[in-house]
Amino acid sequence: MNADQARSVLRTMWRIRAFEERVGRLKRSDEVHGLIHLSIGGEGVAAAVCGQLRDNDVVYSGHRAHGHVLAKGAPMPETMAELMGREGGLCRGMGGSMHLVDVAHGMLGATGVVGGTVPAALGSALAARMRGEDTVSVVFFGDGAVQAGTFAESVNLAALWRLPVVLVCENNGFAEFSPRSAHTPVERVSDLVAPWGIPAATVDGNDAVAVWEEFGRLLAGVRAGEGPALLEALTHRLRGHYEGDPDRYRVAVAAEEWQERDPVLRLERTGLERGWFDADEAKAVREAAHAEVEDAVAWARESPWPTPELASSLVYGS
Amino acid sequence: MTGVTTREMTYAAATNEAVHLEMARDEDVVLFGQSVAGSPDDPFLKAFGADRVRVTPISETAEIGMAAGAALAGKRPVVDCTMAEFLLVSMDQVVNEANRFHYMSGGRVTAPLVLKAGYGFTAGWAGQHTGSIYGMFMGVPGLKVALPSTPADAKGLMASAIRDDNPVLFLHHYLLLLEQGPVPEGEHLVPFGSADVKRPGSDVTVVATGWTVHRALAAAERLAADGVDVEVIDPRTIAPLDTATILTSVEKTGRLVLVDQATRHSSVATVIAGEVAEHGFSALRAPIVQVTALDASIAYAKPMEDYVLPDEDKIVAAVRGVA
Repeated sequence: MNADQARSVLRTMWRIRAFEERVGRLKRSDEVHGLIHLSIGGEGVAAAVCGQLRDNDVVYSGHRAHGHVLAKGAPMPETMAELMGREGGLCRGMGGSMHLVDVAHGMLGATGVVGGTVPAALGSALAARMRGEDTVSVVFFGDGAVQAGTFAESVNLAALWRLPVVLVCENNGFAEFSPRSAHTPVERVSDLVAPWGIPAATVDGNDAVAVWEEFGRLLAGVRAGEGPALLEALTHRLRGHYEGDPDRYRVAVAAEEWQERDPVLRLERTGLERGWFDADEAKAVREAAHAEVEDAVAWARESPWPTPELASSLVYGS
Repeated sequence: MTGVTTREMTYAAATNEAVHLEMARDEDVVLFGQSVAGSPDDPFLKAFGADRVRVTPISETAEIGMAAGAALAGKRPVVDCTMAEFLLVSMDQVVNEANRFHYMSGGRVTAPLVLKAGYGFTAGWAGQHTGSIYGMFMGVPGLKVALPSTPADAKGLMASAIRDDNPVLFLHHYLLLLEQGPVPEGEHLVPFGSADVKRPGSDVTVVATGWTVHRALAAAERLAADGVDVEVIDPRTIAPLDTATILTSVEKTGRLVLVDQATRHSSVATVIAGEVAEHGFSALRAPIVQVTALDASIAYAKPMEDYVLPDEDKIVAAVRGVA
């Protein structure tokens, strides 16, 4: 990672952090009214992965997708408007938090069903390869999805057809409300794909620099046509599974410890140490992100509600 | 089909011909399936190559989900799912992912995808391979469901399915695969949501799908000998469902018998009965009668199979009951 890349990743991470914190408040005031899963703590993975993708590389995600969508390039006002259910939203207010799509930036789908989009990434990768393109597909999923049959089926098919797919598992140690140990005796997701010969790595997801380097290495092979790869990023979900989750099944991380682990602050410290940016620059990035979020909220509030006509007219495509 | 050159061919061959023609017409049409490309002589493999004709592992979720992702990225996959019951393994992809992408994205994406599967193999295939389970798909928003009853419709509905921008469940009936019939040469498209009057009549309207269309037509011939003139309507697609043609017929006849191989409470018959009861009540001169399978699994033993299913005698008796 060089200084320009670090500044860009830091900017994306602050944009996600500011967005997610604002969405949490809007949820509590019911301006964002639906089921919301925040990715606070996971910004480093979204930013370092999507920051190395092109617009025409495809991304799929799951229920905790806000960060991936913003990192892939979706405009923040339209993303916020979608969460507020407005016509001006990415999906005209018809999809909401769990179903964000932004075709212009390659964000083709997100699902509320754990593991549901993993095979879709294979199909988009196949389509690209059949067209002779060197684009790749990336699918983000949590460690809970790994125990679903769709994961094993998709790993097998991706390896069999040597598809240009990067499987990015954000392992936050909790599958919804249960620790990983309650769901599987396998600790490392990256250990699971060895029989298929898929390159795999586990990285500290709180360290955006490490994610950048490891994902970049895997991405180069996938883009070169060497078949799929898997990256497991160990992260911490600061918020509950969903906004409103009483979160009684785990012990909260102490504030001082979180200061150490927080991926955004950590990249700030690293950047300052390595001279990638100075404190004023970092502060400016942070402030710009918060201002951008306020502008997005203002824009979204002005956007009208979708009209009832859409309820039937969108059931079928053309 | 006046003015159109036709050829006698089987329902199975007509379906394949449509897939072949569409693959030749549009290079984005690809064929996936667990039993496609069975030999180097496979006509699809020979014509279109291993890149477009792909054997998939017995992994229905990955297979159908992968096809949906290819569809989102511009391909038009036809997935040969073999048996309708195998779709149940991958239900999330069929009824909660591919069908919703267009709607949930506010229309930003489409998923043109055909899931081809056989149903209704009531020839001793017992409980898990004989179901007529389309009822559980017809109420799923965003999914279209075609149930051809003739070789010509099989060809025309498959071609339309492949050109459609939505996920389509194309369900061929196992007992019809080897039935012969006239099939238009070259391009032949049957529109979705357009019922076909297979036999005009004035006394009683019979609506039937798939294999039961032929049982209904045979029953109509027997009833004609008794002076009862039966109109037989085949909806051809059950999602979208052409209720207008059915209501127009009921306006004329005042009597409606619904024939369906599905279990009664998951049948097209029950849905049509509800629509006609609500929108055609004033035209009815007798109660609507449904001739469906029992709400039971299909049993193995031949006499049990016959007992559970609708047949010609049951249709004749139902029509006589209202005529």
